[in-house]
Amino acid sequence: MSDHRPESRATRRDFIAGSASLAGGLALASAIVVRPSRATPESMAAAIKEVVGEAPVRKGKVKIDVPPLVENGNAVPLTISVESPMTAADHVKSIHLFNQKNPQPNVIDVHLGPRAGRAQFSTRIKLAAAQTIVAVAALSDGSFWSGDADVIVTIAACVEDLQ
Amino acid sequence: MSARTLINVPAKAKRGEVIEIKTLIAHPMETGYRVGLNGALIPRDIITTFVCTYNGEEIFRADFARAIAANPYLTFSTVATERGTIAFQWTGDNGFSASAEAPITVE
Repeated sequence: MSDHRPESRATRRDFIAGSASLAGGLALASAIVVRPSRATPESMAAAIKEVVGEAPVRKGKVKIDVPPLVENGNAVPLTISVESPMTAADHVKSIHLFNQKNPQPNVIDVHLGPRAGRAQFSTRIKLAAAQTIVAVAALSDGSFWSGDADVIVTIAACVEDLQ
Repeated sequence: MSARTLINVPAKAKRGEVIEIKTLIAHPMETGYRVGLNGALIPRDIITTFVCTYNGEEIFRADFARAIAANPYLTFSTVATERGTIAFQWTGDNGFSASAEAPITVE
């Protein structure tokens, strides 16, 4: 009798440990299915590289106007403006917005020209976490300029209840 | 498939004036990353392209990724050059297409 006890306890322990690891494995698997991998500063850099190629990106000229603290990541209002006279000789060709921590790094690509009058646009975006967003502007002379902004998000996008 | 749109273009402008155009369209902008009640991913359904033309000439274009909020809102500007029509076109997943236009008088 006393011989059997430790053995049965050990098997129960084994069983519990085994089932726990199985549950852990299941949780991990479902986590992989549910949560897509997040964009990282590296993948954002890769997305930026896709736009600019090997050209250098200088800081400046681009301004992101976004509230530093937003409550709801599902709709974060922002305005991006680029210093430019917007003439035929010197204008902004495109503006690209990137993020670090959403499932994918691209947000919006805007193409404009001298007929825009002002190199500026506003929209609303989704942010999955507090992060830095980066805007890159391509100018007609072939140069690239960037600006960034830090945003703190209290309620992230993608976690709202489904009806 | 058509969706409700809301456009704000000034009815009148002086020649050469920079005018602001505001657009809004009803669309869920489903990212494809959310899970429905049955545990399956809700498939992606987003608007991918927005084009604005002024008397047929393209003046502004935007490519949306999944990170654009539901009911995409976009404000931009253009130089009022001549009397005519400013037209807007949205296209997206599942054959989504919507358009709108606004007249403008230039003095």
